[in-house]
Amino acid sequence: MRSAAQLGLTSCHDCGQVSRAMHHADGFVAHCPRCDAPLHLRKPDSIRRTWCLLIAAMILYIPANVLPVMSVEYFGASEPDTILSGVKVLFATGQPAVAILVLFASITVPMLKMLGLAYLLLSVHFKSLWRPRDRTRLYRMIELVGRWSMLDIFMISILIALVKLDAIATISAGPGATSFAGVVILTMVAASSFDPRLIWDQKGLQR
Amino acid sequence: MHPALPEAHLIACHECDLLQRRAALPPGTRAHCPRCGTVLYRHRRDSLDRTLAWTLASTALFVVANTLPFMSFEMGGRVQQNVIFSGVQELLAQDYLPLAALVFLASMLAPALKIAGLLYVLLPLKFGRRPLQIVPTYKLIRWLGPWSMMEVYMLGVIVAIIKLSSMAEIVLGTAFFAFSALIITTTAASSTFDSALIWGEADLES
Ligand SMILES: [Zn+2]
Ligand SMILES: [Zn+2]
Repeated sequence: MRSAAQLGLTSCHDCGQVSRAMHHADGFVAHCPRCDAPLHLRKPDSIRRTWCLLIAAMILYIPANVLPVMSVEYFGASEPDTILSGVKVLFATGQPAVAILVLFASITVPMLKMLGLAYLLLSVHFKSLWRPRDRTRLYRMIELVGRWSMLDIFMISILIALVKLDAIATISAGPGATSFAGVVILTMVAASSFDPRLIWDQKGLQR
Repeated sequence: MHPALPEAHLIACHECDLLQRRAALPPGTRAHCPRCGTVLYRHRRDSLDRTLAWTLASTALFVVANTLPFMSFEMGGRVQQNVIFSGVQELLAQDYLPLAALVFLASMLAPALKIAGLLYVLLPLKFGRRPLQIVPTYKLIRWLGPWSMMEVYMLGVIVAIIKLSSMAEIVLGTAFFAFSALIITTTAASSTFDSALIWGEADLES
């Protein structure tokens, strides 16, 4: 089993066409013969780019959880909600199934995604040979579930559009929502800038 | 399109880079990478006709879902009705410009561009013509993929309804059902679409 890169071949990111990798002093400047996209053996600067986006996401994760994502004003009394307190309210109002769903989408998924990406980056850095197939599966899962964290943002946009009955009840968005959306976007871009083929590039895995 | 390319019979796994020979698949089946298990490629049955049918259905549903009332909220004798765009408008009114742009992109713009792009590619193909700029259009459709989040939006709607159900009366509008159907038709369209259509690989198609 040999990888395309070992044989001097590269596959296009956009269309999958395999072609000969052309070496130049400054990296690869060749273009795909089928769709004309620039060719790279691996996603350019993948590790560093993914780390930067991931660290930015981790920093933004703090205001995303501390600041209120929305506030409910009910008969004049205003009550701010963070991501976590929103889940608590759902538990308290006897909606455990929905509470678990929201808990999973807005707390578990972003956390596991950031930890998972950090683990994948470290495993590539330390040239790990451990279970490459499962690490590829982990990567696929991170890419797949990431967008579901947007659930909270969409819920807020619907709530604020519906509940605006001035004196009785009004819901408004909070600054935490912007940070939270930022975390989700940054982790989505981080995941797509990671190149899972790096997992398989270790000498010990090539036969 | 490029039968002369010497590497046309090869495929490199996009997740582990294992180099393999590309074999013709029977319709309706897919090939997995033997090393990492990723789906390498599929051969979809009647791709052009099926995808076009689902896309035409999506076009009609998209118009209904975005023009008719989505749902209404009744409390203390007052009724608040909204369409999908209302959430974007309200975010703008509350000065959350980036959030408004994100919700607009994920719930309306990306799905609309995907449907329009598919129509632009598929309709001429159906009549035996290759549209201009077919490859950039296909790349745009692919790039938009993760940013079109109608199914996540729908889940957000359901959670919002459950949150409000204790304090008010919620009535679902026609657009709610059109939007649900739209999620099904667009998912069906992407699962019947075969990229061989783009590269004009008639031999792989038949
Ligand atoms: Zn290409
Ligand atoms: Zn593979």
